[in-house]
Amino acid sequence: MKVLLVAEYRDGKVLGSISDLLGFAARTGADHAMFVVGSEAALPAYGGTLYLADAETYGEYRPAVHKQLLLAAIDKVKPDLVVFSHSSYGWDLAPRVACALGLAQVSEVVDYVDGTLVVPVCNAKLRRTVEIKTGGAVVTLQAGAFGGSEPETAAPSLERVAVETTDRVEFLGYEAAEAGGIDLSKAEVIVSAGRGIGKPENISLIADLAKAFGGEYGASRPVVDAEWAEHARQVGTTGQSVAPKLYIACGISGAIQHLAGMKKSDFIVAINTDRDAPIGDVADVLAVADLTKLVPVLIEKLTAS
Amino acid sequence: MKILVCIKQVPDMESKFKVAADSRWYDTADLAWRMNEYDEFAVEQAVLVKEQVGDADITVLSIGPDKVKETIKKALAMGCDRGVHIADDEVSSREPFQIAGMIAEYARDKNFDLILTGMQSQDRGSGQVGILVAELLDLPGVSTVVAFSLADGRLELRRELEGGVKARVATGLPAVVTCQLGLNNPRYPTLPNIMKAKKKELITVGVADVLKVEARQQTAKLYFPEKKGGGLILEGEPAEVADRLITILKEKTAVLA
Repeated sequence: MKVLLVAEYRDGKVLGSISDLLGFAARTGADHAMFVVGSEAALPAYGGTLYLADAETYGEYRPAVHKQLLLAAIDKVKPDLVVFSHSSYGWDLAPRVACALGLAQVSEVVDYVDGTLVVPVCNAKLRRTVEIKTGGAVVTLQAGAFGGSEPETAAPSLERVAVETTDRVEFLGYEAAEAGGIDLSKAEVIVSAGRGIGKPENISLIADLAKAFGGEYGASRPVVDAEWAEHARQVGTTGQSVAPKLYIACGISGAIQHLAGMKKSDFIVAINTDRDAPIGDVADVLAVADLTKLVPVLIEKLTAS
Repeated sequence: MKILVCIKQVPDMESKFKVAADSRWYDTADLAWRMNEYDEFAVEQAVLVKEQVGDADITVLSIGPDKVKETIKKALAMGCDRGVHIADDEVSSREPFQIAGMIAEYARDKNFDLILTGMQSQDRGSGQVGILVAELLDLPGVSTVVAFSLADGRLELRRELEGGVKARVATGLPAVVTCQLGLNNPRYPTLPNIMKAKKKELITVGVADVLKVEARQQTAKLYFPEKKGGGLILEGEPAEVADRLITILKEKTAVLA
């Protein structure tokens, strides 16, 4: 088997997700090559053959341009699998490439067992194995699912990729993350609110519990999107990554994007009415309870002692 | 201006799921169904565009068994003008390329200026359908959009990237846009609008009329993952659970020392 790994490059840097790509290649035991629209000045830590399209020429991500460049590399490599990270780059580009090649696309692969790809269903509550009916496939990998491989130290051997192409989508620029006033990474205890808090008034309960521990309160994405808490308090891939001594997830089901931002915490407590919620997989203690009843009692006992 | 919004009916993610008898999908009996959350933002964006430009007509499309009409009716009550139900009892076995193929086949000769959908579904979560529709119709497609503005027939959009960074992009119409959570504030249908929605047109299209492509993949087996953590589960009266939790935190962490 041969796989083509699609690395990501943004604004002058290769993104870290190549460790997932290399981990996947190692797990499958496949021969591999890599593709990136990047720069010779910032090559990925990869010792194999790198198909390089010059970012100076082709600019930041525009879907039709990157699609044509990648198709040109695929034409040379003739891989069985084209492998992306399941990221804003991968999930945007992968379907376009699959469509052009007439191949199946398998999204957010979390495992590879006996030659079969495994993907999550229903917010990771379920999983399924996928049978591919085309001669090859395009896949995206869940962040962290195959990671942990050592960066390679040898320099890649370069193969240039160039095409004549244009795009109807225009790239105008990047907008940096909002600078928030709250640095959750310094808090020893973080109590976070999820959608399960039910209504915005209950944010104060979560804030009070955080205060009782001398910590800060955070929030999951849905709570921030609903404007029940400010973005600076968001924990997860599009917010802050934290690793406090104690993390208490209140009414948070445990979407992968949230887990990615908090699972390195030393000790994790989840308070949830749903004992099957995926947050239970990372929690040291799961209190199956209505948080509006449990949290006030906890606050009372903590402040009394 | 003609707008198409593509929506999916999904189970409430808090449901107790069971594996279906054929082990290919979850059992669809005894579940509470709702509009895919990402698609609510797509419906709202369509209605906002109509409010902005005035002269617009919104078609909302969903694929599935008869019960998806309930979700189409919610979109009509939010402000869409007409519903299209692609009647397909086998929808849960369709893979994203087939779903996109059906939408593209329906949309091909209708000259939509704007096609909106959620960036992914909450159950299957492939994140492919919107982009595949764009590719199949040869339209520019922008995914994962968290800010949307339309001026002089041109869209200026912000795509959400990782780490809170956004990419500002622009494209002309017609185009396909997939919506990320937080793009807008989806409205709740008001009672008068729910009543009005009952009178709106709801067209049914047979699956054979639009399904022209073969599946490129299928689910071999659906199953529950093994529980890894083996974390302690506390249950009972709040006071009792609180006491046990505090005892555990005193033993296992330094935060209450």
